[in-house]
Amino acid sequence: MKRTPIYGIMAEFDSATYLVEAAHRTHEAGYSKIDAYSPFPVEGLAEAMGFHKNAVPLVVLIGGLLGGLSAYALQYWISVVSYPVNVGGKPYHSWPAFIIVTFEMTILFGGIFAVFGMLALNGLPMPYHPVFNVPRFALATKDRFFLIVFSTDPKYSASETRRFLESLGPRSISEVPS
Amino acid sequence: MADSKQPVTLGGDAPVIEPGYTFGTVTDKISSIVLTRPTSNGWFLGFGVAFLLTMMMLFAIGYLFARGVGIWGITIPIGWGFAIVNFVWWIGIGHAGTLISAILLLLRQSWRNSINRFAEAMTLFAVSAAGIFPLIHVGRPWLAYWLFPYPNTMNYWPQFRSPLVWDVFAVSTYATISLLFWFIGLVPDLATLRDRSTNRAAQIIYGMLALGWRGSARHWHRYETAYLLLAGLATPLVLSVHTVVSFDFAVAIVPGWHTTIFPPYFVAGAIYSGFAMVLMLAIPIRKFYGLEDFITERHLQNSAKVMLATGLIVAYGYGIEAFMGWYSGNRYDGFTLWNRLHGPYAPCYYALLACNIFIPQLLWIRKLRTSPVALFLISGVILVGMWLERFIIVVVSLHRDFLTSSWGMYYPTRWDWMTYIGTIGMFLAAMFLFVRILPMISIFEMRTLLPEAEVKE
Repeated sequence: MKRTPIYGIMAEFDSATYLVEAAHRTHEAGYSKIDAYSPFPVEGLAEAMGFHKNAVPLVVLIGGLLGGLSAYALQYWISVVSYPVNVGGKPYHSWPAFIIVTFEMTILFGGIFAVFGMLALNGLPMPYHPVFNVPRFALATKDRFFLIVFSTDPKYSASETRRFLESLGPRSISEVPS
Repeated sequence: MADSKQPVTLGGDAPVIEPGYTFGTVTDKISSIVLTRPTSNGWFLGFGVAFLLTMMMLFAIGYLFARGVGIWGITIPIGWGFAIVNFVWWIGIGHAGTLISAILLLLRQSWRNSINRFAEAMTLFAVSAAGIFPLIHVGRPWLAYWLFPYPNTMNYWPQFRSPLVWDVFAVSTYATISLLFWFIGLVPDLATLRDRSTNRAAQIIYGMLALGWRGSARHWHRYETAYLLLAGLATPLVLSVHTVVSFDFAVAIVPGWHTTIFPPYFVAGAIYSGFAMVLMLAIPIRKFYGLEDFITERHLQNSAKVMLATGLIVAYGYGIEAFMGWYSGNRYDGFTLWNRLHGPYAPCYYALLACNIFIPQLLWIRKLRTSPVALFLISGVILVGMWLERFIIVVVSLHRDFLTSSWGMYYPTRWDWMTYIGTIGMFLAAMFLFVRILPMISIFEMRTLLPEAEVKE
């Protein structure tokens, strides 16, 4: 495939309402490789782009189970197999006493998986990204809202897409160099 | 829409944010404290004093490492002393930060958005201060890693039926999760600082810390899920941490320790002292940095109400302890109660009742709940009271147990005081640095509170 020097076309909007509307219409128009940027989480924005479910809950569940099961297994193995000590006649396998560490490790692994799983799924850390080449994009972390159609989209065409984005009533439009 | 000017009131009287702010002005106001505002002389003075106290703490700990725990006032039968009193006090203070950031998030209390960031920072620094004490109290701190289960040539493993081992896991999990929660909340704001700063070094440092955050809708979607799940995990965690700390006492058979009321009463006490510390930090910060529009009367009132409620739970705990001392018919429990009221440490117990039960009842008066000066003073009283509570639990219970022949007295030495006051200095020094180099209020969560953030159909 021929590599295009353009990464995508970006439209800038004034408010979250306009951005959600624009994302919805772009998705409806058949564009699939699109993304939207906002300075805070906007309700319904990801859904407007056709992104409904993410894998974070599954990752956290796996992390929590892993932490809990391995903590219990470790305590069982230590207290029953490797280093059995008779403490006040309590059974070696004193499961109620093991619950606390099991609980704490469930939380610890669930939390670590939540944070690092979310970052990994988001492809972060990524200090460089083509969208940062647009000077106005610095406002995406302040008070502006952006929508991009990537040049890898099958429906992408430099002039068509630009015209389509202009029809959404943006504040400005810029090409994103790759 | 940007033109709607309705004030953000979410029930109650005072607004969460004063009306008239936009995304831009909220961003500028919070980020300018870090990026453009010159560092004031007051900051240097405050940080300087806190830094000197930190140095005093390091000196006291250095001398401790050279001479051993004999320089402290601890002696048999009081082997725990200041180290454990301060540990429990600091860990408790940390609890309010997690309560504000996690539990109030799950309960959709959006007023938390302007105080959660620095409350989380407070948690982190309080847990760091707390963590020092058990480590230096073990006597041979260079072997403190023996607390963790790791394969070793001695073929030795920790004893998992001991609350002290549970404590290691609870506190280290708490410290880790608090750090992750705080950092992940900072990422979008670090991106704001990256894009707003004009200084090259600041751009690089904030840029690296922001991990390349660009506010993509997919990223926000996963971010919000992860943040919510983390809050869901942190909520039972924070309740478990002080529960496990209370097990250190409740599982033992010492009169005054061996009671089932301890877990709930420790958790309530933790939140009580934590909110007192939040107010003692928030009141001067909002004044000096002119943040009265973001940390409003409503935040002060709500914190005061939480203190009132948890204070009454603590009072109930004291009441039950006293009642059980009589009702159980156990002569040792009965003696513990008598000893608190009439023993050599009785003044501490009366001071405790005054600080934790009687003086905080002033918070029923609305005028005092909305007066920053009064709240600051009452919070200080509560922090002293909660410290005394831990002193009474640790020292007064241990100093006279079952056999009169093993009774003793505990007198803290200057090294005890230097270490304790030094950790307060370390905590404050870290807070001073935090408000100077990081956004002390969550900018992106403040944006979501503005009327223009709402998506209209």
